Amino acid sequence: MNVREFAEKTGMKVLTGDKGLDKELAGAYVCDLLSWVMSHANKNNAWITVHTHLNVVAVALLTEVACVIIPEGIHVEEPTVNKAMEEGIAILSSDKSAYEICCLAHEFKV
Amino acid sequence: MGLSDGTIKMSFTILPDDLTAAGEASSSMKKMLNQLGVSPQLVKKAAIAMYEAEINAVIHGGGGIADIIIDGQKIEILIRDEGPGIPDLELAMQEGYSTASDEIREMGFGAGMGLPNMKRYSDELIIHSEVGKGTSVKIIVNFY
Ligand SMILES: Nc1ncnc2c1ncn2[C@@H]1O[C@H](COP(=O)(O)OP(=O)(O)OP(=O)(O)O)[C@@H](O)[C@H]1O
Ligand SMILES: [Mg+2]
Repeated sequence: MNVREFAEKTGMKVLTGDKGLDKELAGAYVCDLLSWVMSHANKNNAWITVHTHLNVVAVALLTEVACVIIPEGIHVEEPTVNKAMEEGIAILSSDKSAYEICCLAHEFKV
Repeated sequence: MGLSDGTIKMSFTILPDDLTAAGEASSSMKKMLNQLGVSPQLVKKAAIAMYEAEINAVIHGGGGIADIIIDGQKIEILIRDEGPGIPDLELAMQEGYSTASDEIREMGFGAGMGLPNMKRYSDELIIHSEVGKGTSVKIIVNFY
């Protein structure tokens, strides 16, 4: 399933227009320690994090995750959204917790 | 900049205390490597290792300079700062060791995984550090 289909099926809000939505999803990864993410996240994961600053985009690019998902309706700063669009990284926003998002990922066989 | 012998050199200034701009140098290098047709796997290694060193120069080193040399054999990244230096390098290399402030940790840095990541994603890692003088980190990623 690609990022677009997952966002549609789960009703998540896409913050970054149509950028990066065609990337295939393969598993989800939850972690807020950026260096830890860089050593453990896998390519095409949906990366769930509460961080919303610019470095999130850099880490997403470096790890080649398929998208970033921000849980619990946390507000994402505009510069981060703009940078993500520039780099073709989709940021999804969800009211659900990281745990619930993982359950959805499992349910939809991501 | 491409030189006549096919060697490419790039230099960047790493600004202190500007975490939002941190990563500019490694992302420029990444773009250059992609343009040169370097394999995605090697680009990822070099870019992650350099990003970690760049972030350390910002957070711990008070900013610095990045010099990159790409030749037919390897990517060589040298990141230097004139910060406080690392008193115990062996300790600093351990996973989980960090002296990052609470403020920095709140941003998601300070897992104490940066130096271990540099080791993991490079073929050679050479660190020189002197307390009160600064730190230099050389990351080498071989093409073959
Ligand atoms: N350039 C530097 N100047 C001074 N001290 C440094 C430098 N680089 C690393 N250190 C010291 O080594 C420690 C470990 O560095 P490392 O990159 O592994 O972890 P971190 O930067 O604290 O956290 P993380 O990289 O996981 O976000 C740092 O907390 C700091 O004390
Ligand atoms: Mg670090």
